[in-house]
Parts: sequence; C-alpha cells; structure tokens
Amino acid sequence: MRAESLYLDRAMQKKLIFDSAHLDITISRLCQQLIENHNDFSDTVIIGMQPRGIFLAEIIHQKLKKDTKREIPLGYLDATFHRDDFRRREIPAKANETRVSFTIEAKKVVLVDDVLFTGRSIRAAMDAMIAFGRPATVELLVLIDRKRNRELPIAADYVGKEVNTLASQRVLVELEAQGYKQNKIWLINKD
Amino acid sequence: MSKLSQKHLLGIKDITLEDIELIFETADNFKEVINRPIKKVPSLRDVTIANVFFENSTRTRLSFELAQKRLSADVINFSASNSSVKKGETLLDTVNNILAMKVDMIVMRHASPGAPHYLSKHIKANIINAGDGTHEHPTQALLDTFSIREKLGEIAGKKVAIIGDILHSRVALSNIFALQKLGAKIMVCGPPTLLPKFIGHLGVEVEFDVRKALQWCDVANVLRIQLERQQIKYFPSLREYSLYYGITKKLLDSLKKQIVIMHPGPINRGVELSSDAADSQHSIILDQVENGVAVRMAVLYLLAGTK
Repeated sequence: MRAESLYLDRAMQKKLIFDSAHLDITISRLCQQLIENHNDFSDTVIIGMQPRGIFLAEIIHQKLKKDTKREIPLGYLDATFHRDDFRRREIPAKANETRVSFTIEAKKVVLVDDVLFTGRSIRAAMDAMIAFGRPATVELLVLIDRKRNRELPIAADYVGKEVNTLASQRVLVELEAQGYKQNKIWLINKD
Repeated sequence: MSKLSQKHLLGIKDITLEDIELIFETADNFKEVINRPIKKVPSLRDVTIANVFFENSTRTRLSFELAQKRLSADVINFSASNSSVKKGETLLDTVNNILAMKVDMIVMRHASPGAPHYLSKHIKANIINAGDGTHEHPTQALLDTFSIREKLGEIAGKKVAIIGDILHSRVALSNIFALQKLGAKIMVCGPPTLLPKFIGHLGVEVEFDVRKALQWCDVANVLRIQLERQQIKYFPSLREYSLYYGITKKLLDSLKKQIVIMHPGPINRGVELSSDAADSQHSIILDQVENGVAVRMAVLYLLAGTK
C-alpha cells in the first residue's frame, strides 16, 4: 500500500480523504482481514478507544456479527488516567466511560481507534488494558495511519489508509454514528 | 472547560456549580476504576501529597490516603499529636517545613475555622480542606451529594433534611452550600439549642419536630452529636435526645413513604440513629464511604492536573 501524499497548498484548507462509499469498502476490507486472521473469533474481543474509536469499533462489531453470525465481546476503554502528559497541560484531560464487562485474560484483543498519530494514546491504552487481565495478543486496527508522525515505536496491524501529514495538520473523522450527515474523513490545516 | 475554577478546595462556598458537576463526572469514572480487579491508575505518579491532620480523623484520612494511593501519588502523613506543634511551632512554619521537602499538595484538617484559607494566602501548593473546625468540610458534602445523585438520579428539586447537631457541624454547612448550588430544597431539624441562631438566613427551612421533617423529605442526612465540641450542656441527656430526635426503624416504617438515610459517620448507635435504622435498606451509609474515595480521587486529579 502506498502512502498518499496529502500536502495541502496554501489556498486549500480542507481535503477529503474518505467519502462515504470509499469508507464502506475500506471497513469491509478491514473486517475481511480480521476474519482471515481470527477464524471463528472464539477467543477474540474488540476494544474501542474512547472517545472517538468507539464508533468505528461499533461499526466493525456489527459488521462482523452479520458476516460471521457470532457475538464478539465489545468494550470501551478510556486511557485518560494512564496518559503521560499529566501536569504538562493547561487543563486536566477529561475522562470518558470505560466499559469492559469481560476479562481479557488470555484473549486476543483487537484495539480499535480512528486515527493513529504519535502512538502515545495507544501506549496509554495498553497500560490501561492490563487492569483487565493479561491478553494473549494485542492487535491494533486504525482507519487512518498518519505516517512519519510517530513518537513511539508503535505500528498498526490493520490500516484503513496510510496518509502523509504534517504535525500542524489534523485529521477530522465525521461518522454518521457521531451525528454527522454523511461518513467523511477530512485532512485540515490547523491554522 | 474541564478545569476547576479554583486552585484550592477550601470550601463549597467558593466553588461553582460547573466545578461540582465536573467533579461528579470525573468521580463517575474513578468509581469504575476502583471497582476493577486492579484498582490503581498512574495519574498522580510524580505528585507528593502531605496529609496534615491537626485534629483526629479516621474515615476522612483513610479515604484521602486510599484515594491518593489509587492515583499512585506519594503520600506522607502528619498528625499534630506527635509533632513539633506540641513544642510551639506555628501553623505556617509547620507547613512551610513540609513544603520545603518538595510537597505538591496539602490535605489539611484543623480545629480552627479558616485555617486552610489563611494558609492558602501564604503558600503556593494546592490545599484541600479536610475539615476546619465548625466551618466547612467540602469533600464530605461532595460525596454526600454524589451519593444522593447516584441513588435518586438527580438532586434538583429533591428535598433534603439535615437532622441533628447543626450548630457544631461543618458537614451541615458544606452540605447546605452544595445542595443549594445543585438546586435541592433544604430543611434543618434539631433541638433549638443545636441550631445556629441565624440559620434561616441561609435560605433553609427550620423544623423542630423530627417526625415532620422526615415526612417532608426525600433524603435525611443524620448528623452525629458532637459531644467533644460541646463545652456546655445543650440538652438534658443523651437519652432524652434520642427519645425526641433519634431515628428508629419503627419511625421510618410509620412514614407513608420511602426515604433515604445518610450519615457522615461515625454513628453514635442508639443516639441519633438506632442500629436497625442504620442497617436498614433505607440506609446508603456504606455507599457514602465507597463514593468518598472516588470523589476524593476526582478532586485530587482535577487540582493536580494542571501545570
């Protein structure tokens, strides 16, 4: 997969990375990849990262249920209390609900988030996850992988799309499940 | 804005409704954390907190210490009974000596009203008031209102009766401020000698008949008779107090409705609350204790969270 170059010229403040139809195809592909690797999903659990990864986790959970006729455990994980930027921000990070009603001991965990950027929230999530048991394996699924912005040695196992971005840019994910009219993903200039 | 309006938690009077709501939302998340198999999070990893207690405490101090440890803070404990305070050191000197050891936060209980406010004008560390004399006990009021919210869903419009020794109670004053900000209706009830003279000026109803108060309210917060603060006799005997103001299962059953019974502890069993009432299904006293840890974690997290 070749990373798409998405440098915006000065006049352009916003560029569409994914439209609704394209996003559907990509999510279907991600689900097929999961099915390929997890067979009957008997030991697999899906954990969506708060606050924005949970919508994608829900979509994938629903799709897998339809395709495999299996109920895969789904949880939400909030890693706020495990972040490494505490006392380095002007405002304390706001926490969200964690709902993991099952143990992840010896399970194959698929961690789901919308955008992989510096890798720091994934590090915090792995730290937070240990409170629910020792997983057999942990895999990471992301819709957008922002290449070359990583601050930690973390990589995703399932990637919707790789994009080259600047640290000064932002990836905006708009999903119908979040209340937007249409599924769209944008790259925007921050200033 | 998910940030408190204050640098310290000195009293409920100084904080806003938004502050209280932010503390509640954060406490919801910490309540989930303390019910996990592994109850500890690393949030306050590089924060050192001194618990400075110039007055006795079991529950509050344990609750604070547990909250701090669950957040991975480093904790030192100080109690006045075995310290240089006995040798005549002033409050400010004592605290400055503690702060010189690179302490970030102070949790203080003191017998003099306003002691933490005085301290906040002279030191840079965050201060949490864990009770100052008969003035305020903010974290207790926060955990009480948090427990009411958890039990009844919301607080606005609910009727809360605070019953017992209002005169000597910092819990009563902080609760009144918190409940007013949250939109509850408040009544205080007790013998006239144990009600402050101008309590009506705070905008609360006053009732002397405990039965009527219970009939009126949705929640009864029963306070302890603080014998240690009473240098003179405010009522003839404990037996007489319990006959007129003691709450029993029989009295609760005779009401035509279910009410919630709360108590900040420690209970004088058989005085303000009988054993069968304290242990009945009406009571949420042990939920209050559990929520105390979550609420204190939220306060510590939010105060320590900024640069």
